[in-house]
Amino acid sequence: MGVLTVNGGVKKRTVKEIKVNVDKCTGCRACELSCAAFHASPRYSSINPARARIRVLIYERTDLYVPVRATNYTPAECSGRQSYIIDKKEYSQCSFCGASCPSREHFKEPDSGLPLKCDMCEDEPPLSEPMCVQACTFGALTYEETLEEQGKEKEAKPEDLKIGLESLVNKYGPQKVTDAVTRMSLSRKG
Amino acid sequence: MRYGETGFNLEIDLSLGSIDRVETDPKLTELHLGGQGTADRILWDRVPAGVEPFSPENVLIFSSGLLVGTPVPGANRTVVNTFSSQTNLHAHSLLGGYFGAELKHAGYDKIVISGRSSELVYLWINNDKVEIRDASHLRGMGCQETAEQIKRDLKSEKIQVAAIGPAGENRVNMASIDHSHSSAARGVGSIMGDKRLKAIAIRGTKDLNIARPTELFEMCQNLRKSIAENPSVGDWMATDEDDSFHHNNFSWGNARVRRRDFWSKELEERWRNLKYKYMNRQTSCYNCSKVCHNVISFPGKPTFSYKCYGKDTYHMAAFQELDFSYEILGISQEYGLDSYSTPQVIAFALELYEAGILKDQDFPGMPVNVRERFFYLLEKIVRREGIGDILANGVSLAARQIGNGAEAYDHNTIKRFEQLPIKLGRLNPVYFLMLATGEKMAITQIEGSFPQDPLPTIEQRKEFVDGWVSVPNEKFKKYFMEWEKRDTISNEASCAICDWNEAMHYLDDATGICGFLSSFRGGQFGGRSAYHIHNMPPLISLSTGIKMDETLLWEVFQRNRTLVRALNVRRGMRRIDEKPPEDHWAIRDHDYEQKLLDDYYDFKGWNKDGIPTKETLDKLGLDYVSEDFLQKGILKDNEAASTEKEKEA
Repeated sequence: MGVLTVNGGVKKRTVKEIKVNVDKCTGCRACELSCAAFHASPRYSSINPARARIRVLIYERTDLYVPVRATNYTPAECSGRQSYIIDKKEYSQCSFCGASCPSREHFKEPDSGLPLKCDMCEDEPPLSEPMCVQACTFGALTYEETLEEQGKEKEAKPEDLKIGLESLVNKYGPQKVTDAVTRMSLSRKG
Repeated sequence: MRYGETGFNLEIDLSLGSIDRVETDPKLTELHLGGQGTADRILWDRVPAGVEPFSPENVLIFSSGLLVGTPVPGANRTVVNTFSSQTNLHAHSLLGGYFGAELKHAGYDKIVISGRSSELVYLWINNDKVEIRDASHLRGMGCQETAEQIKRDLKSEKIQVAAIGPAGENRVNMASIDHSHSSAARGVGSIMGDKRLKAIAIRGTKDLNIARPTELFEMCQNLRKSIAENPSVGDWMATDEDDSFHHNNFSWGNARVRRRDFWSKELEERWRNLKYKYMNRQTSCYNCSKVCHNVISFPGKPTFSYKCYGKDTYHMAAFQELDFSYEILGISQEYGLDSYSTPQVIAFALELYEAGILKDQDFPGMPVNVRERFFYLLEKIVRREGIGDILANGVSLAARQIGNGAEAYDHNTIKRFEQLPIKLGRLNPVYFLMLATGEKMAITQIEGSFPQDPLPTIEQRKEFVDGWVSVPNEKFKKYFMEWEKRDTISNEASCAICDWNEAMHYLDDATGICGFLSSFRGGQFGGRSAYHIHNMPPLISLSTGIKMDETLLWEVFQRNRTLVRALNVRRGMRRIDEKPPEDHWAIRDHDYEQKLLDDYYDFKGWNKDGIPTKETLDKLGLDYVSEDFLQKGILKDNEAASTEKEKEA
């Protein structure tokens, strides 16, 4: 998300997006290389795709070429990681999650193990396009900026609320959740 | 700190089971650059002339090119060098894909493999952790199948794998080493098999340092875009559906029959439909903005990728159409068989059968249908069963084993190696030199910097030379402007053109730049290659910090090329071995050809037998070679003096 602008009294913010066209990816991995080079210190001084905040998942035999970015859809470290056994096969909780979670093994600093996260190449002055997009000559990655109205709260869906509450209850127990809600409402009143 | 390269090689002795990380001498990089350049120095130091290719003393080297892993687009070649069991000479081979970059990020420029394991093993390189692991469960597996299994075993899809198939395991001379959608051919797969090394798996997560990062990165971003937009570079055969050139001009079967009117618009349309019906997508190698691999999934067969002339070889050898290549390529590639030489060996066997030199009893149970016969012989060769055991040695050696007149059917090899089936009328002097003296064993690994044919009008020639960015020297423009007939060009020009063609290939194979962006596209296909002698020096300097200019770079080429010649001379190669296939051109002139060869040797500073003189060797800093040659009597003490006298006379 970017800069706030005021246009005719309506606050707007710039939303930056990198669109991925999987059909156009050829597996050249120039995006990985360029991302890693840009974020090296000093800039471009070292190359290491393992430090990239974008990764092309390549499965040649099944013809799968998917550029995946370390986005901010989920918290940097997922605290609820568990493993499940279904039909004698072990799955990690991440297998069920559709988000490109930066805590997944694709996006960890090789030295520190710390999570990497795409910053859309924030810089001063701003880049015309993030480096990975600049490096992609095939049009598999394209950059878009859109203006969105600011301040409109998303309408909470009752079923989402229920799922969220249930998960909190499962994790902390009904008493703690009730206590927390009571505390919050008291502080608001006060 | 080392820039552009890691400064470390990985030394593996499979007999001892030892693994060492060895720091390399930066001076050697300055002298030879990386890739094949420094690999050949190792071969010189480690593999004496008497060492048989199939022996633990032979060394197999995987080298990442000097610029591989840097931002330089299209620099992704891994060079594989050893001594070939087919030719008994230096083997030159290349892999594209991701392997070389992964090797550098694991912290190594080369993997130097010696010895021979008692059991089938694979190598697992995970940064500093390197293991020789049991590969008994991979025995008999295909190349891609092996890669997939290793990734499953090691629980990561980020690993890059180069593997041999059953062909390599069985030491078939046409065996390749396969990785991703790339194959290293020309004699290296059988050596890997002899060492009982099924595969090398790598994962690297280390930084590769760049000497002058900002300038290099900016230059490379521009290059990546210009390569994408440049129609003169990349593999046309991956994208152009008109393939009349190969089908009408190259010979079919065992390099025997030209079908000059084969191609038609109707056929082109039919084949285009076939391709797009079964093509998954086109893919690139690491950090390249061209798509040279057509990935095909043909029903019921393993997925494969083809590039360049590889898509034509099987159906042309069998007198079939494109669908036959689609049918057989996936299987052949999984077996790890080179798709250039293998179809020719099969066509040769079928010719011997038709001629009555090989009999029914040599082919028990062989089907009648020619397509099925190719599959039948593929199985025999890959398993070295029956006649397949002899055919697995390649056309030249097999012809001598079979005897009874089979030698006459060995008409398309040079130094025992199968060549492209090009049969022409009149001799092209430059091609005579390249074919006769080239030590990369295939014309495609030498040609490209100068057009194959003159243009008909002066205006067309002028237009061509005006945009000829790759040309290193104005004299080549003059040669081209004055060139009117293919077979008529001065010996002086022929030698210089051959030299330039060699130069760019030797530099590509040291830097790891793909020939489709450089040596193979310098003039032959438009003259606007992305890389040439003018922009390679700054790219090398910015990446590595090595002081480089055009003169120094040309010297590196001469040093590397001369060292390969020295390796082969030490193994016994002489002038008598330097000849194109007897029937390569219909019209020949022995005396003219020999004079041309004399002039070329003289141009290169070699003696009448093709051996570099002491003066030439010493000038290039190869005095350890001249000392060795003098000591062994390969060169005589008075050689330089006598050559000077001849010149004066």
